[in-house]
Amino acid sequence: MAFKGTTNDMTLSNASLNKLKVSDSSQSPWLNENVKAAGLFLFSLALFLGAWELAANMNWLTKGMPTASKTIEELWWWSTNPFFDNGPNDLGIGWNLLISLRRVAIGYTLASLIAVPLGIVIGISPIAYKAFNPYIQLLKPVSPLAWLPLGLYIFRDSELTGVFIILISSIWPTLTNTAFGVANVSPEYLDVSKTLGASKLRTIFKIIIPAALPNIVSGLRISMGISWLVIVAAEMLLGTGLGYFIWNEWNNLYIPNILVAIFIIGLVGLILDSVFAAFEKFVAFGRQS
Amino acid sequence: MSLASPKFTRPSLSHSTSDLTHDAVPLQHIDEPTVPSAQLSIKNVTKVFQGKQDLFSKLSRKTSRDFTAIEDITLDIEPNTFVSIIGPSGCGKSTLLNMIAGLSDISSGEIFLNNQPIKGPGPDRGMVFQNYALMPWMSVEENIRFAVETVYPKMPPKQLTRIIKENIQLVGLTGAEKKHPHELSGGMRQRVGIARALAINPQILLMDEPFGALDALTRGFLQSEVERIWEQQRKTVIMITHSIEEALLLSDRIVMMTKGPAAQVNEILEVPFPRPRNRETIDQHPAYHSLKTEMERHLFRETQAVEAARIR
Repeated sequence: MAFKGTTNDMTLSNASLNKLKVSDSSQSPWLNENVKAAGLFLFSLALFLGAWELAANMNWLTKGMPTASKTIEELWWWSTNPFFDNGPNDLGIGWNLLISLRRVAIGYTLASLIAVPLGIVIGISPIAYKAFNPYIQLLKPVSPLAWLPLGLYIFRDSELTGVFIILISSIWPTLTNTAFGVANVSPEYLDVSKTLGASKLRTIFKIIIPAALPNIVSGLRISMGISWLVIVAAEMLLGTGLGYFIWNEWNNLYIPNILVAIFIIGLVGLILDSVFAAFEKFVAFGRQS
Repeated sequence: MSLASPKFTRPSLSHSTSDLTHDAVPLQHIDEPTVPSAQLSIKNVTKVFQGKQDLFSKLSRKTSRDFTAIEDITLDIEPNTFVSIIGPSGCGKSTLLNMIAGLSDISSGEIFLNNQPIKGPGPDRGMVFQNYALMPWMSVEENIRFAVETVYPKMPPKQLTRIIKENIQLVGLTGAEKKHPHELSGGMRQRVGIARALAINPQILLMDEPFGALDALTRGFLQSEVERIWEQQRKTVIMITHSIEEALLLSDRIVMMTKGPAAQVNEILEVPFPRPRNRETIDQHPAYHSLKTEMERHLFRETQAVEAARIR
């Protein structure tokens, strides 16, 4: 309840900010920043689609590149018929999306379940921080795809390998952010806890974790972004999912469907990120992370 | 042994009422030799911050010398008095307060609270922080509840709720219980800080420049509020401050410290103004201006010495 009030206040203050700007810059309420931005967006989109349509019709593009209208038509068809199943090479995009999301959900959840507690431990103990930092720094920059052969060899199963790749590549941002957040809890909060004589456990659960929560959530957000990037790449070498859909359409040399898949991947990524952005705001309480 | 004295202060009730009214006065005199009057006793306390001279520091060129912040301070603080500690910047005022709070180790000497040496932080001392130190994710009520629950884990919920309510009322924040710190002004946040410190019912209240982060108007207003609250509770308070007017308005005694490093107590002023005090009329007291001038002179001299030392 209290949280709801906070977010309401935030939107209120945003609205009043915009009002201020409006009265500043122009007289008409219809020409504020957001309306102008939306106008520019629509204009540039129309320009892009128009140029594309023209270029494709005039054969200025590579042979086989579809027109904008054809691509939109395909997008409409795939999104209105998302769930059909005519075998693994002719699967509705809805099914493929769910398969990808399921892999991400499993791998990402496992990664978070490891990364958050481990990050808390590493953040609390300066010794653990220094001891484990070399592993993290060494493994963090490794490309997710570098793990793929190893995963396939160990698990001999594409499904498990997909989950493994997600886990191993999405663990690091959450781990480092959690450890950083926990290690950098304001000493004042800890002083309060000490002067009250709070136990170590109470301090960890009531002070340190809530204080580090904005960092933890932004780590989770980055990890989610990485998971979504990685799954598409990994699935090109696995059997199903959105990544495989693209790979399959490449084998069919049918470009409109590749474009449709790119659009849907982007849209789903955007939605996932927005969910985490909202969650970040929810735990911030006026703090900037 | 000395703590057995309450038995003496309550003699048999079979005396006539006229006797009872007279009892209190002479008995306090009898008490004095057995119970030391000081509630907090600082004995020869020195604080040295150890410098870094080890090989690693030398290699990374981050060596530092030992730094004596305060040296051989002895100070007694009686119960139910409001004591301010004032001194030039960097004189170790906050270091001293942190040692009393138990947040900072004592290099040598000892601090006694009710004759018990202070070994670490504890809820017998309530702390008000300069930057409020409220938990941003807790509402006003939750911040206070956290403190009380930590100190009194077995308190029945009804009593807990009552104490929280009382303390919110005491600092004048009724109606803002559900608000979070970022929705409050600086003055309101410090009210929460004060309510939180008082809610655990500490023996001593420690305030580290409690109004330092506030604008002048809010500061004046909050000072009056603290004076009002102090009149109600008469708790022992030790307050660090930079402000002469603030110290004069609130304190019974003002401890003036010399400049650091190796800061010491220079002088202790008694503030004789009657209570309750009012910021508008306090300067009409005959002693006000001489006290103020004396403090100004002291602070000016010490600050000048600090500046001079920095130039050299």
